[in-house]
Amino acid sequence: MAGSLNFLPDDRYNAFITTCREAPFGDGALAGVAVAVKDNISTAGIQTTCGSRILEGYIPPYDAHVVELLRREGAAIVGKTNMDEFGMGSTTETSAFGPTRNPVDTERVPGGSSGGSAAAVAAGLVPMALGTDTGGSTRCPAAFCGIVGLKPTYGRVSRYGLVAYANSLEQIGPMARTVEDASRLMSVIAKYDPRDSTMLDRPYDHQPSADIAGLRIGIPEEYFGEGVDPRVAETVRDAIGVLDNLGADTVPVSIPGMQYALAAYYVICTGEASSNLARFDGVRYGPAVDTRKTWHEAYQELRQANFGTEVRRRVMLGTFALSAGYAGRYYAKAQVARRNIRQDFERALRDADVIAGPTMPTVAFRLGEKTDPLSLYLADILTAPANLAGIPAISVPCGRVDGLPVGLQLMGRQFEDERVVDAAFAYEQEVRR
Amino acid sequence: MKTIVGLEIHVQLATATKLFCGCSTDYRDDEPNTHCCPVCLGLPGALPRLNRKAVEYGLRVAKALDMEVLEESEFARKNYFYPDLPKAYQVTQYDKPLAVAGTVEIEDDEGHEKIVRITRVHLEEDPGRLVHVSGGSKYSLVDYNRSGIPLLEIVTEPDMRSPQEARRFLNKLRTILEYLGVFDGDREGSLRVDANISLEGSVRVEVKNISSYRGVEKALTFEVTRQKNLLRRGQTVTRETRHFMEGRGITTSSRSKEEEHDYRYFPEPDLRPLRVAGWVAEIDLPELPVARKNRFMVQYGISLNHARTLTGDPKLADFYEEVAHLDPALAATWVADILLGELNYRNMSIAAVPPGRIAELLGLLKSETITDAAGVQVLREMLDACAAGRPCEMPAMIVKRENLGKTMGDDFTATVQAVIAANPQAVEDYRNGKSGALNFLVGQVMKETRGRADPRELGRIVSESIDIGEV
Ligand SMILES: [Zn+2]
Repeated sequence: MAGSLNFLPDDRYNAFITTCREAPFGDGALAGVAVAVKDNISTAGIQTTCGSRILEGYIPPYDAHVVELLRREGAAIVGKTNMDEFGMGSTTETSAFGPTRNPVDTERVPGGSSGGSAAAVAAGLVPMALGTDTGGSTRCPAAFCGIVGLKPTYGRVSRYGLVAYANSLEQIGPMARTVEDASRLMSVIAKYDPRDSTMLDRPYDHQPSADIAGLRIGIPEEYFGEGVDPRVAETVRDAIGVLDNLGADTVPVSIPGMQYALAAYYVICTGEASSNLARFDGVRYGPAVDTRKTWHEAYQELRQANFGTEVRRRVMLGTFALSAGYAGRYYAKAQVARRNIRQDFERALRDADVIAGPTMPTVAFRLGEKTDPLSLYLADILTAPANLAGIPAISVPCGRVDGLPVGLQLMGRQFEDERVVDAAFAYEQEVRR
Repeated sequence: MKTIVGLEIHVQLATATKLFCGCSTDYRDDEPNTHCCPVCLGLPGALPRLNRKAVEYGLRVAKALDMEVLEESEFARKNYFYPDLPKAYQVTQYDKPLAVAGTVEIEDDEGHEKIVRITRVHLEEDPGRLVHVSGGSKYSLVDYNRSGIPLLEIVTEPDMRSPQEARRFLNKLRTILEYLGVFDGDREGSLRVDANISLEGSVRVEVKNISSYRGVEKALTFEVTRQKNLLRRGQTVTRETRHFMEGRGITTSSRSKEEEHDYRYFPEPDLRPLRVAGWVAEIDLPELPVARKNRFMVQYGISLNHARTLTGDPKLADFYEEVAHLDPALAATWVADILLGELNYRNMSIAAVPPGRIAELLGLLKSETITDAAGVQVLREMLDACAAGRPCEMPAMIVKRENLGKTMGDDFTATVQAVIAANPQAVEDYRNGKSGALNFLVGQVMKETRGRADPRELGRIVSESIDIGEV
């Protein structure tokens, strides 16, 4: 029965940018369930900032497709969660609204960019939340906060209403404490929307199954090599051992294109971002431009003042990568690298049904620990390849190192999101017993 | 010195909805910003959804111009900041356009047929429109009604050799587009042209911002003169972009840095590549101007000039075919020579004229119930009524009311006598063998009888009257 939910969370982790004290809900599969939505997903009547000053006060006049679907299934949208500004970061520290803290250890970052959603779920403020994943942004915070995060196959969930960071890479994905809840939320949001031309009509309607006998699990050496904390690698190997005991078979696979993955990823995402973010000029929404200046000057000053350092850095990188005389050297080469990685995964996924490895090379960083952008970019090394390949990938908690959560990442073939969900579910059921 | 001209023409395709959203394209009489949605406003998160009709229209043009449609074409983003561009990029096509390599046949300055090669056609979205507030205001207003209207950009090779050829090319192109039903030239601002012009051996100048057919010839003529004068004075032509000031008929240099763009094109990630070459076979083209002109000459036996005029506008050609059955030659003369002139004089469209009435008028002329002169009078009465929004009377009624029916010569005897009596000098001249004098006298009688008499018959009566010496 329809009604409204009072939502007055003790938000000590700064998980939310906006909360809705009275959240209306209706009937359906998620009747009355409190769902938090990342603040880069448009919500009619609710401020949507992308964690940026430049969109402060922007109230979208329309709902994203996934939000329409949530409302249709009765969910109560209780708030908009904190995030790295425009999704650009892996710690939620680049938000203009202050960092989110990790509920497991408040001196640690929750990961990012969907850190607010992960913290809200991990702290028990909501049972499930929507995140978005451009290069690992649902899986990284899920791993760091000890919850489940899924990046669906590219083209499985409508991006209509998702404020674009890197269109060709990103997907909206479910985050929850259990695989079952993540799958439930996925069943609601993965429905065809003709407004997203990059989408295929492949709805997700799946009840997770723990029967994985005979499942071939590919183990790529590249996911356990240099830069990966050996204790994290060990924890993940143990988790794969659990799957092995459940009747799965492990096979070695290789993704040789991995060595160019991060470079390709950063050229593509910054290139697309430089174009996507150009529209934030203070003419139609956000802080208003100074009309006493020439428009060139006014745009420049507004963008300088209202974009954070990391956003400006990536916009400039992307502008450079697409500019005349350099596009061939950067953007075109990145596309080649991307194609190679996609082919590597296709090849590996002929020998294996899913590929397993750590979600993140380390456990959660301390707040303020990562100041050098390059070392932060390196943290995406294990997650970004799935975005380049467009394949589904899930992170499920698989133990702890130094008391901090570790995520097991499972990747699958395009449009076989069900299979990675089942593998994660089988693991989760086994270790819960 | 040879003149070399190439054109880039942007035409608004006459689809019902915009290129990437469902907003109506019929905005011209409406308030600003009333034909907008998240997509054409470029709101964060909105995504483009390609209008299938716009693609079909583009392919119709490609087929009509005999072009090669690419197996895979692609949309790209053209990035630049401008307040009328809500996303700060225009979705257009760059290195993979819809179609390449076509032709249009025109007449050159000597009246010979020549080919203008078409380099490419591609689809793109129109930006919004800046409205400058009068009175030295410090801001401008933006109207996004136009934002997202589908444009077809048509690029020619530098195959035209004079401003007049460029104008003829544009007229021809417009006719083809109208025949194809993809373009409405009556809509204000529906066609915009950038022209490249150079004198042989000199550099190329781009003239932007030409928004009418006549403007193209004017702008290019101005440029030819300007460039020739420069060279004559021993100066050089600068390679630059110039703007056409429609009102003053001149071009001015736009030495702004803003013109030096690096557009940072890259494939639009929100749209899939377009694979539509297979659609071309499904397209049924209507009869195009050249074919129709040839058919008119054969089927109706009319002159090349009449056929060319009548097929120059598909609506006019349709009109002619509706009234031609009674007497094709008579109809051609009346529609192409008389009716068209009367319409131009009144700035009226052929669409406002009921063909049934014109057919009736042709019937009266064919049966010699009225004279040509009376026919013109009847036609003017009808057109004046149409122009004023009054119902168009039957020609037979007008003839009756105004007493314009043709009368036999004998009924004019009195008038003839009076005219002969009043013009003794002309009579004298006629007797002395000056044939012009007879025409003068007949004209006087025609004037007195308001055109009801057949001039040939009157000529006979007047000359007989003088010859038998009744005077
Ligand atoms: Zn629209």
